[in-house]
Amino acid sequence: MGSVLKKWKLPAIMLGPFIVLIFLFFFLPVVLIAILAFTSMDSAMRWDFNGLANFQKLVTDPNILLIVKNTVIYVGFTLLINVFFGLVLGILTTYFIQKESVGLFFRTIWMLPRISPPVVYVLLWLWFFDPSEYGVLNSLRAIFHMPPKEWLTTHPMVAVILANGLIGASFGMIIFSSAIKSIPKDLFYAANVDGASQWSIIKDIIIPAMRWPLMFVTLWQFLSLLTSYEYILLLTNGGPLFESEVLALYSYHKAFRNFEFGYGSAISLVLVLIALIFSFIMWKLFGMKKMMGSSRIE
Amino acid sequence: MGATSYRAETKRVLTPVSKRKKRIPYIIAYGVLGVTTLPVILMYLWLLLRSFFEQMKYGFIPVHFTLENWQFLWSSVEHGGSSLPSIWTATWNSFVFSGTLTILEVIIGVMAGYALARIEFPGRQALMKTTLLLHAFPSIALLIAVYYILNFMGLFDSLFGVVLVKTALQIPMTAWIVKGFFDDVPWDVEWAGLIDGCSRLKVWFTIVLPLIKPGIAAVSIFSFLSGWSEFLLLYTFILSDGNVTLSSYLQRLISDPNLVNYGLLSAVSLFYMLPVLLFFIFTQKSLMQVSVGGGKRV
Repeated sequence: MGSVLKKWKLPAIMLGPFIVLIFLFFFLPVVLIAILAFTSMDSAMRWDFNGLANFQKLVTDPNILLIVKNTVIYVGFTLLINVFFGLVLGILTTYFIQKESVGLFFRTIWMLPRISPPVVYVLLWLWFFDPSEYGVLNSLRAIFHMPPKEWLTTHPMVAVILANGLIGASFGMIIFSSAIKSIPKDLFYAANVDGASQWSIIKDIIIPAMRWPLMFVTLWQFLSLLTSYEYILLLTNGGPLFESEVLALYSYHKAFRNFEFGYGSAISLVLVLIALIFSFIMWKLFGMKKMMGSSRIE
Repeated sequence: MGATSYRAETKRVLTPVSKRKKRIPYIIAYGVLGVTTLPVILMYLWLLLRSFFEQMKYGFIPVHFTLENWQFLWSSVEHGGSSLPSIWTATWNSFVFSGTLTILEVIIGVMAGYALARIEFPGRQALMKTTLLLHAFPSIALLIAVYYILNFMGLFDSLFGVVLVKTALQIPMTAWIVKGFFDDVPWDVEWAGLIDGCSRLKVWFTIVLPLIKPGIAAVSIFSFLSGWSEFLLLYTFILSDGNVTLSSYLQRLISDPNLVNYGLLSAVSLFYMLPVLLFFIFTQKSLMQVSVGGGKRV
């Protein structure tokens, strides 16, 4: 019967390109990274296996302590800005500003950094911290007759955290404002009639209803911050020296600046493993069904 | 979008005195939002003004209107002793890159999304879970392996190669969003077509697909913009001048220490951002909805 063939033909056609792409650029790379991590591959592209040498090198790397410290600071503080400021923006634009158009206006403005191409967004920050008297901070200092300062060399981590924090805040804002919108309105009416203060409305109605979105945004942002380095690359490129280098960027630099592909892969592998553990936690916590479902308001 | 005025109806219950008291938190809310949003607006306003003026007094007050900063549109820019490729080469490359990306992503995403939503095949559940998990996967940590694969396929330093990588990285998300659109199409529509004697493929193409046109439009815009903004992949995998895109063009200008000409930089940035801004202004509402939907479903 041709019906068996027919049954397979449709999904095969429809899913073919999808599966090929995922195989080529997700599964194959994961396998490759896992193998490359145990080689000393360099620009000659030869597969010379060297056992655990890369991991030994990683542990004894003179810069590793600073880089791990930077990673922790970067992820921690950026996450704090992301979640806290995202929550503030969400509550302000959705709950306090009742006029939909005004709320939307503010949310649109906050989306600007997110939709701006990274290079343009970083240019704005470079101008903000510019060491000459034309930079924003330095022209503010000039008003008080203070000499210009080299902000990016003296405070690189602050710049990195601020730039990444504002981008992430808009992500939190979107998720939180849609969560606030899905809180049953009766709760607010009841609270208003009972004469509840704004603070207690936030504390007792909005925050409890946002338990899941809050946890989701935290974990999600944690994962993406851990492995993202695009803005750092553009803003300080890890410098001066290793002052703002994070683990993910270090792996990139090792591979594409020093051509130590093996060593770079080893660092990547560590990151991927950490990320997988947290994805697993996320999965367990939210459950597949919950992740697929829409509102989680009881 | 209907969940707007929590306050409007409760207002009537309140006495004028308590109404005035109630207003204070709102004033604070507007204040906080205004103070935090103003810098963002100012930064983008500066970008616009700076490109049309010779200099900014105290960093903010524009003096001397000029079109000199826009010269890059008709003459090539000198940079580090050699001249950069023409801006139009970069624009064309960016356009080709984003266009190809959009076409590939939409076609593959729509096909896979339909299969995931509607076709029964062995391993469907597993594939759905994989798709979902891939969202959280730190794909950017795999660049080293992707480099190896591109090299192996002879697609290094080729825009098409980067298009393939970018499509693969985004396709799990796109397919998932599109699946959501198909989920909303009632089964009856399809059954009606099948009863009338159409094949499954024909029903899909002629009946179901037109129903999700708005969704497809939103996904297209989304992927075009993400292609237009792409920096890291192009920066890493493209070397030759002939393949330069706008993001790399701007990045080269920014990273040149001898050329700190914010007038030129902001003019190029603005030129680069133009499609993003236009798209964003016109489609902002539907884009917000897609990103909300995508975020929630993740």
